Amino acid sequence: MGKTLSEKVWDEHVVRSAPGEPDLLYIDLHLLHEVTSPQAFDGLRLANRTVRRPDLTLATEDHNVPTLDWDKPIADPVSRTQVETLRKNAADFGVRLHPLGDVEQGIVHVVGPQLGLTQPGMTIVCGDSHTSTHGAFGAIAFGIGTSEVEHVLATQTLTQARPKTMAVTVNGSLPEGVTAKDLVLTLITHTGTGGGQGYIVEYRGQAIEELSMEGRMTVCNMSIEWGAKAGLIAPDQTTFDYIEGKPEAPKGADWDAAVAHWKTLRTDDDAVFDKEIELDASTMTPFVTWGTNPGQGAPLGANVPSPDDFDEPNDKVATEKALQYMGLEAGTPLREVKVDTVFVGSCTNGRIEDLRLAASILEGRTVAADTRLLVVPGSVRVRLQAEAEGLDKVFIAAGAEWRGAGCSMCLGMNPDQLAPGERSASTSNRNFEGRQGKGGRTHLVSVPVAAATAVRGTLSSPADLTPIGA
Amino acid sequence: MDKFTTHTGVGVPLKRSNVDTDQIIPAVYLKRVTRTGFEDGLFAAWRNDPEFVLNDPTYAGASVLVAGPDFGTGSSREHAVWALQNYGFKVVVSSRFADIFRGNSGKAGLLAAQVDEKVVQRLWDWLEDNPGGEITVDLESRTIRAGVGEGAVEDSFDIDDYTRWRLLEGLDDIGITLGHDDLITGFESARPAWKPVTA
Repeated sequence: MGKTLSEKVWDEHVVRSAPGEPDLLYIDLHLLHEVTSPQAFDGLRLANRTVRRPDLTLATEDHNVPTLDWDKPIADPVSRTQVETLRKNAADFGVRLHPLGDVEQGIVHVVGPQLGLTQPGMTIVCGDSHTSTHGAFGAIAFGIGTSEVEHVLATQTLTQARPKTMAVTVNGSLPEGVTAKDLVLTLITHTGTGGGQGYIVEYRGQAIEELSMEGRMTVCNMSIEWGAKAGLIAPDQTTFDYIEGKPEAPKGADWDAAVAHWKTLRTDDDAVFDKEIELDASTMTPFVTWGTNPGQGAPLGANVPSPDDFDEPNDKVATEKALQYMGLEAGTPLREVKVDTVFVGSCTNGRIEDLRLAASILEGRTVAADTRLLVVPGSVRVRLQAEAEGLDKVFIAAGAEWRGAGCSMCLGMNPDQLAPGERSASTSNRNFEGRQGKGGRTHLVSVPVAAATAVRGTLSSPADLTPIGA
Repeated sequence: MDKFTTHTGVGVPLKRSNVDTDQIIPAVYLKRVTRTGFEDGLFAAWRNDPEFVLNDPTYAGASVLVAGPDFGTGSSREHAVWALQNYGFKVVVSSRFADIFRGNSGKAGLLAAQVDEKVVQRLWDWLEDNPGGEITVDLESRTIRAGVGEGAVEDSFDIDDYTRWRLLEGLDDIGITLGHDDLITGFESARPAWKPVTA
């Protein structure tokens, strides 16, 4: 019997395997940031251990950095200490760091791919659950806790039980104006937040193959939101074209050897998945969340659901609690929900393609009077590219705030937060209670929905906008 | 890590599903660079509500949390486990845990005991009848017990063999792995030269 893609990548990294024990898996790339690493470095110091492979380790500052005045010392002393601790740890243990102010600084899951460090067939971990983003390249990539960060620093390996395999096949093509974000939000509402638990998921089918690398990263990024261990996509010409020429991509004969190997990274025709799901992309529409977990979503054209729409008692209670928290009435058309703040950014939708798409909708339009639009590039490189293309001018002319790179309002750890009761349309990945600020109310949306919502002030898609010049 | 064999302590019902790690500890509380002191952020938003179960003096000193399904979803922050431990919890009982939370618990020494959804309901019912009552969790026999006689709850819980063994022995994971250093070195010598490096 053949193997699935994830089984091939897994098997290539098994250092030790024993009956009744998890596998010992070699890690090709370990990404670090300031929030989940300090206690791991402390652990190394206590045990007098070193970083085994600093040359397979990369650190950046992203979660807790300001997106305004980033060239000045961080105002909040506790945040500053955390960032300075990473700088000290990186220096002490010989780890490459891209700090605030560096041209390669940014969200760790934007930086890895743009440097060309994220490549097919790798194992990639980071103390961040959205590490699944890197699966877009055909890598096994997943988030780990701080104890595991310490383990990888010390040994360059992880003990991991082999997950089950699942295929999510998305047939047909996405209609015009429907994005990878709508696809993955549709999927999560279909499966629920626990539907992927215990599985590495391979996304496949025509709609997936037709996605750009940015779109594929958006889909894989949200694998964790339906509980999957990791999500990945078989590498193809789109993948190779994206990587070729990136700073850390293989060159010359190494490139040829790498591509030859990468081309073998496909699920064999006779391989069997433990579970399969099929979806039809051609029926998908702009999709938004109405609740407080990413599985509580609906098409933009639908109404806010009622607890009575659900059969399971847990779902009824969860819906009731979510509507109460979100300040929504069952039966209200989602298009009539008024939004205070629109956030475009994050490791889900903060790449250059996302900013181009947002700018194309905002060009010649203005943000609604009572709405604020925050545009936060995923990395300094993304910011510089956007500025070279004049996108920043489009955003500013429309009335948006154009910020520095970082995680920003996705998790509200830095000053970019919602006020209690404030409602956002956000291109990020989590609509948990208080995620974007205590008492804040989050609707997860695609980039086009975010841009159109900023213009109209209520949840909207570009189709709802008055054509320019009309 | 301390050895974990059996624990008896006050049980507290958390009647919610999908308790994500942003609820367990919001991001603004993650700025410390230590492993301690995170109890102030535990369920921070809910603790403002006087009706929240942890604000009920009946459950003072609680150490066994009995929660609804899909506990610990979301972020990989191990701070969620530390916050529970720093507050005094030794055990979390749920019918389903998010993978990363479960893994973090095993590494940090918090017992994530997975039981059938019906057992969670029975424990909630028992705690309603016996507020402030103690629950015993025995890792050796993988059983959970509350009360004696009529209405008592006794059932098994699930935990994978490897995590159970590590908790029972209080083992240092890194120490175990470094015992296989020769295998790691052997693996490294066979890695393709074109694999990327950061230095």
